[in-house]
Amino acid sequence: MTMTRPGFDPVSPTSARQVTRARRRASRARTWRAFRSHRGGMLGLVVLVVFIALALLAPVLFPPSTISVTQATGEPMSPPTAGFPLGTDESGRSILALIVWGARISLVVGLSATVMSMLIGTVIGIMSGYFRGGLGLLLNRFTDWFLVIPFLPLAIVLATVLGASLINIIVVIGITSWPGTARLVRSQTLSIGARPYLERARALGAGDAHLMRRHILPNVMPLVLANTTLMVALAILSETTLSFLGLGNPLAPSWGSILDGAFTSGAMTVGAWWYVLPPGLCVVAVVLAFTLIGRALEDIVDPRQQGGR
Amino acid sequence: MGPTADTAAARPTPATAEDATTRSAGMSPGARYALRSISSGLVTLAFVVVFNFFLFRMLPGDPIGLYTRGRNVAPEQIAKLRAELDKPILEQFLTYISNPFASTINSARFNRPVWELIGDRIGATLLLVGTAILLASVIGTLIGIRAAWKRGERFDSVSSAITLTLYAMPEFWLGMILLIMFGVGTAITPGIFPIGGIITPGVDPASLEGVLNVAWHMVLPVTTLAAVYLAEYALVMRASLIDEMGQDYLTVARAKGLKDKVVRRHHAVPNAILPTVTLIFMNLGFVISGAITVETVFSWPGLGLLTYDALRGPDIALLQATFLLFSIGVIVANIIADLMYAVLDPRVRA
Repeated sequence: MTMTRPGFDPVSPTSARQVTRARRRASRARTWRAFRSHRGGMLGLVVLVVFIALALLAPVLFPPSTISVTQATGEPMSPPTAGFPLGTDESGRSILALIVWGARISLVVGLSATVMSMLIGTVIGIMSGYFRGGLGLLLNRFTDWFLVIPFLPLAIVLATVLGASLINIIVVIGITSWPGTARLVRSQTLSIGARPYLERARALGAGDAHLMRRHILPNVMPLVLANTTLMVALAILSETTLSFLGLGNPLAPSWGSILDGAFTSGAMTVGAWWYVLPPGLCVVAVVLAFTLIGRALEDIVDPRQQGGR
Repeated sequence: MGPTADTAAARPTPATAEDATTRSAGMSPGARYALRSISSGLVTLAFVVVFNFFLFRMLPGDPIGLYTRGRNVAPEQIAKLRAELDKPILEQFLTYISNPFASTINSARFNRPVWELIGDRIGATLLLVGTAILLASVIGTLIGIRAAWKRGERFDSVSSAITLTLYAMPEFWLGMILLIMFGVGTAITPGIFPIGGIITPGVDPASLEGVLNVAWHMVLPVTTLAAVYLAEYALVMRASLIDEMGQDYLTVARAKGLKDKVVRRHHAVPNAILPTVTLIFMNLGFVISGAITVETVFSWPGLGLLTYDALRGPDIALLQATFLLFSIGVIVANIIADLMYAVLDPRVRA
């Protein structure tokens, strides 16, 4: 997100770099002002800030020993009590503590996977849109293939091949979710590629790498960033699903692996709603927050798409 | 997993294939378009088959150990497997590519040929997913139409909030909640539905009682899947109809003095419904993800539960087979979506 001083005052700049910097700052301020008037986007931002604060404060609120299976202090599968506001799991750990610690894993995995997916998607998207010959076609074909392969079965086989761990979950989500971005970036690159200023830069002797980095990338970036926030929502949902299926790291509780614990310990058949309800509500809240922010940014960056898809 | 909000961006363009085969002269544009969609689908399929082969050959460690981990496998089966895997990789590949479905490898977990297992399970999944898609597309489309027509009014804001929330929900979690509320029962809700399975053991599925029994078992899993899927139909239908509502011909229709209802039903909706119709096929990959987790939650004996069992093994032979099958399903569905687009919207063919 781009949020900096809204009250920017353009001091008469002297060098080219300063001009650029001032222009960027002004554009960030403009985006922030537009964003503030989006009710949904602001709601999402507030929810997100609360969850990030919780994740950062996890070690202060609940010492790591509270989520250790061997040092658990509560009764197993106890409904909410004064000491355990959200009850306990099958080994007597506080659900609330698990959820606060889970926020860390879910957010970190969601964000890292998104960064990876964005990098792959942007590079492949720009290159497939920029190079008109065989390379571009090949990359475009490659994107098509990955777009068609169903996400979860692919993620499952990849995770099985790589083994269950946190890093692998990030890698798996990263390499299964980039094609959407690549497609978006490619179409944007194609429309920019037709503009005369690129021709001019090329005539002045700019190479392919320079053109892509300095002329196309900055134009594609706003769209990519709006798409990123939507992507985080998807990555968090994917993480939840994969961890629920037992493909995450069992020692680092994420919201998905808490749900996996609830499922495999039979919490549903004994009606332990306190074990199932809260982690899912957290997922919904965070995913919804990212979706709302993403839609607001999309409206700002690309007003033609207004009306929400 | 979840549908990308940029559905339009994530949609494979129908006209990317530049295969030489499609340039044959003397064909109608429609036939050429169809041929191009199908050949492009076949190339993707070839990619998936090759990918599937090499992915599982890249496994670290002893593949036999992984294929048969923790199971009692007959020595002759292991010898057969080892003989197969000891051949040069190119030869293995050629054997595989000549008929990917003729796998002689048994599932380690069930000790039966994998394709036989899949044949047993596919019916249950089709029943569950088919019913859910039917309900979701009809209800979702109706909600979308109403929301677009009453854009900005109360119905629109409430339905948008609900659909966005459903969109943000892991489907299996909704299933777990419904199972606790209406399967197990809580203080405020009655536990009237079965907590899993497809039929009560001992009931004859061919009898009327059996059919009703299966229907009763379907209520919770179908509700779960339909609730999550309908969100996307509603969002896409709403966006598409809002796009259409700016068109001049609708103003003309109204100026002719047609009633609002007639304009909506006979002019706007038929033109705006195209993306939702193709969404049914386009979204199969997403539907499969839902089936895997929801079948697991409700112990529904379909392909999803089979995949979950295979993954918890892990039973590599079985995973490989379900992956190939799901991919084929999605590729075929994409070809159908392409072709339907062309049939329903003549502009695409040109």
